[in-house]
Amino acid sequence: MQEFVEFTLGGVSDGVIYAAIGLSLVLIWRATRVLNYAQGGLAMFTSYIALMVINATGNYWLGFVVALAAGLVIGGVVERVVIRPAAGKPHLNTVIVTIGLLILVEGLAGIIYGSKNRSFPTPYSIVGAKIGSFDLGEGASPSAIFTAVAVLAAAGLLAVLFRYTPVGLRMRASAFSGTVAQLMGVRVGRITTLGWALAGLIGALAGMLVTPQTFLYPNSMDSIFVLGFTAAVIGGLDSPGGAIVGGLILGVLLNYVTGYVGSNLPELAGLALLILVLMFRPSGLFASTATRQV
Amino acid sequence: MTLARNAGLGIIACVVLLVLCSKLDAYRQYQMAQVAATVVAVAGLTVLIGVSGQLSIGHGAFMFVGGYATALLVLHLNWPLALAIVASAVVAGLAGGVMGVAAARLRGPYLAGATLMLAVALPAVAYQWQGVFGGDQGLDFTVNTPGFLGASFQLTEWQGWVCCICLVIVMVLLANLLRSRIGRSWRALRDNETAAALAGLNVARLRVLAFMLSAACAGVAGSLLAMTMLNVTPGAFTLALSIQLLTAVVLGGLGSLAGAVWGGIILVLVPPFLTDFAASHGFSSASASVPIAGYGLVLIIVMLVFPAGIQGGVRRLLGPVAPAATGPVSAIGRRLARRLEEGSTTDARQEGVDKEGTRWPDTAN
Amino acid sequence: MPASSLAVTDVVAGYNSTPVLNGVSITARPATITAVLGANGAGKTTLLRTISGFVRTRGGQVRLDDVSLTRLAPDHIARAGVAHVPEGQGVITELTVEENLKLGLLLRRRADRAAALEDAYRKFSILADRRRRHAATLSGGERQMLVIARALLSAPRVLLLDEPSLGLAPKVVAQVMDLVRQLRDESGLTVLLVEQNARSALSIADQGVVLNLGKVVATAAAGELAADVALRRHYLGF
Ligand SMILES: Nc1ncnc2c1ncn2[C@@H]1O[C@H](COP(=O)(O)OP(=O)(O)OP(=O)(O)O)[C@@H](O)[C@H]1O
Ligand SMILES: [Mg+2]
Repeated sequence: MQEFVEFTLGGVSDGVIYAAIGLSLVLIWRATRVLNYAQGGLAMFTSYIALMVINATGNYWLGFVVALAAGLVIGGVVERVVIRPAAGKPHLNTVIVTIGLLILVEGLAGIIYGSKNRSFPTPYSIVGAKIGSFDLGEGASPSAIFTAVAVLAAAGLLAVLFRYTPVGLRMRASAFSGTVAQLMGVRVGRITTLGWALAGLIGALAGMLVTPQTFLYPNSMDSIFVLGFTAAVIGGLDSPGGAIVGGLILGVLLNYVTGYVGSNLPELAGLALLILVLMFRPSGLFASTATRQV
Repeated sequence: MTLARNAGLGIIACVVLLVLCSKLDAYRQYQMAQVAATVVAVAGLTVLIGVSGQLSIGHGAFMFVGGYATALLVLHLNWPLALAIVASAVVAGLAGGVMGVAAARLRGPYLAGATLMLAVALPAVAYQWQGVFGGDQGLDFTVNTPGFLGASFQLTEWQGWVCCICLVIVMVLLANLLRSRIGRSWRALRDNETAAALAGLNVARLRVLAFMLSAACAGVAGSLLAMTMLNVTPGAFTLALSIQLLTAVVLGGLGSLAGAVWGGIILVLVPPFLTDFAASHGFSSASASVPIAGYGLVLIIVMLVFPAGIQGGVRRLLGPVAPAATGPVSAIGRRLARRLEEGSTTDARQEGVDKEGTRWPDTAN
Repeated sequence: MPASSLAVTDVVAGYNSTPVLNGVSITARPATITAVLGANGAGKTTLLRTISGFVRTRGGQVRLDDVSLTRLAPDHIARAGVAHVPEGQGVITELTVEENLKLGLLLRRRADRAAALEDAYRKFSILADRRRRHAATLSGGERQMLVIARALLSAPRVLLLDEPSLGLAPKVVAQVMDLVRQLRDESGLTVLLVEQNARSALSIADQGVVLNLGKVVATAAAGELAADVALRRHYLGF
């Protein structure tokens, strides 16, 4: 029982990270129909920026804010500088451009910061909570709770933005039909940049939250990215809620497999889950039901 | 006709490569073997992506399968090399078939996600069943130069020969396949799946076949790499390898076998070149990262400036030649596609354009 | 707000190498309805798409009053006050009916929005009943109504209507036409109306323009056009 609770909580706290990466991928996918393979790499880069700020000032929260701001700016700049010029070229070119970007930022991080592992601070303790003698594990540590709250709050704010604000309506309209959005006077280009910028922010948040566990090095976000991507695919790339659910399912499953079966198997379990879900729902669990009429 | 011609060209290429290989020093022979093996994998992948229209970001997984199959067969059963390579192709092809069936209904990023996860997950097999696969250390094995070449014949040269011969065989087979009905059907289905299905093509079977074939190529490549390095480790078949294969495909020129050669050469030869360059220009401390950043930058620039890759650039330099992709079925497919689009409701037509990512459907000249 | 005029001068535009419009000139005076008529493929839709910026002009000019719209991006033209109801499309099926309508409202002053929406629901009660539903669940006619209502909600100065009667019941068509006429008279709306049914279009229009093979073959007051038997036989088929 204690193990089960521990694994579940640990899974949730891992899962929200995958969810955050997945969410940032969904934002970009909806805005441009592009999968940004550099999303993890950019989050790694903003984490380096944060670490510089934290080391220089001794203030975690300043680094946190700077990382999110950097994510916002870098996301927008990336869209303008390398993604938009690729529009209208074969779709695969954009895929390769984002892969090139990933390789570039990882190389740059290596050049600027070196490739050794650096430890990364957390704002709260990572010591697991206990109820009496019942150990809840690290998944219930203040740090893990902060992680979950931060991701869910970000997701909630995005949901409010999408559903209840004019800019959210413009974003959704542009995502579903750029032509109609333009017809209604929406500056689709700006909205697209905004989508990438917000995705950069969410990615930076995920980087700040996960890096204390992975340490920081140029490839530190690679495996997190793969799992976040998997979460988004499981949930359905058009569905922000799907990314959250996909991330949680994946996080909990991987923790059960690691805990109960074997520490080498989580990736295989993830693959099995992904294939299984996609066999029945080829566009993810929450594929938009408003199918187009042909 | 073309079969004979391709075979003839193949024999000539083979002789040239073998002679070239004999003239090189051991390190260059090793590099040549690596290039040949890589080109085999890239060629298979370019057929999958560029001709049949399916994306795979996980082809390193099939190289993993081929490499370990060869190591196990040579190590435990003492199979001769040629047989082990063929068997590796078959095993990897079967693995590709399984993946192809599982992925038959997947498109775009969903297919990308599944193959990506495959590349990440499969090496875990080597860690989980250490007794068979040797865990982190992998498996070491040996190959010998055949007796008829004499005792003084260098192993590296023999490895180079094997890789080059396999490369030529694979290229000839692929070139013929692309000119055959199957190649034309793949293009038709890539250009418009609905139209291809309406024209009577078995879309699901064709897609799985493409997956099997390109996985078999990756299997051969994995086998050749294993045979060149005389060991296999899970660390040799990382996600990075899969991604590099994909970049080589597009960098060389999507769907083109000649492009695959360019891609393979770049993949193997450019990073050491950049490392040397970085070291000689005083980047010594970060020298490992410079080629990485440089490769990323090159990828971005080439994709934006030469959207059709190197082979596309070459073709443009050599003047207009009829595009290789135009087969009769493909033309029918395109015509049918046009008719379908005109016939469907305008709503669907417009949305279709949107989903392709074109934001300005009708303003493009 | 004073009514606006729309002037299309010698416009050349098309999709590929051969232009669809070969020097088209049309002037829509302020607060008038201009019927644009012509056979299938004459270039009517292309004309409207050119005005709203979705097809690039290769020659000539489009002006709204004294502002040039030539080669502006579609969203810019929409913000300048040109609303386009495209031919049988334009609903975002993933959004609800109300969200689709709100897209139109985004072009209006914030203070007017709520009242305008209520007003639209009064005029299009079918939409009011379905406001929370996804637009994907609407019938073809309901979608058409939604697009028209949305265009009107943006308080345009010029309205481009491409076969608005497509799929609508005759009663609803009449209602829409009444509304258009009322907007012309009360708010000074300038309308370009593309219609297959030339007779009914001319009956509400002030001016008629006949397009054939990308050229204007006749421009005249609506009554005159309707009375010109030879022209009617040849181009309009009634
Ligand atoms: N997207 C496009 N690409 C290429 N040609 C087009 C395109 N859309 C229309 N055309 C061609 O342009 C010409 C004019 O088309 P347009 O849609 O303007 O006609 P229309 O007058 O609106 O006809 P209808 O009454 O049938 O709606 C036609 O010959 C048509 O085939
Ligand atoms: Mg038309």
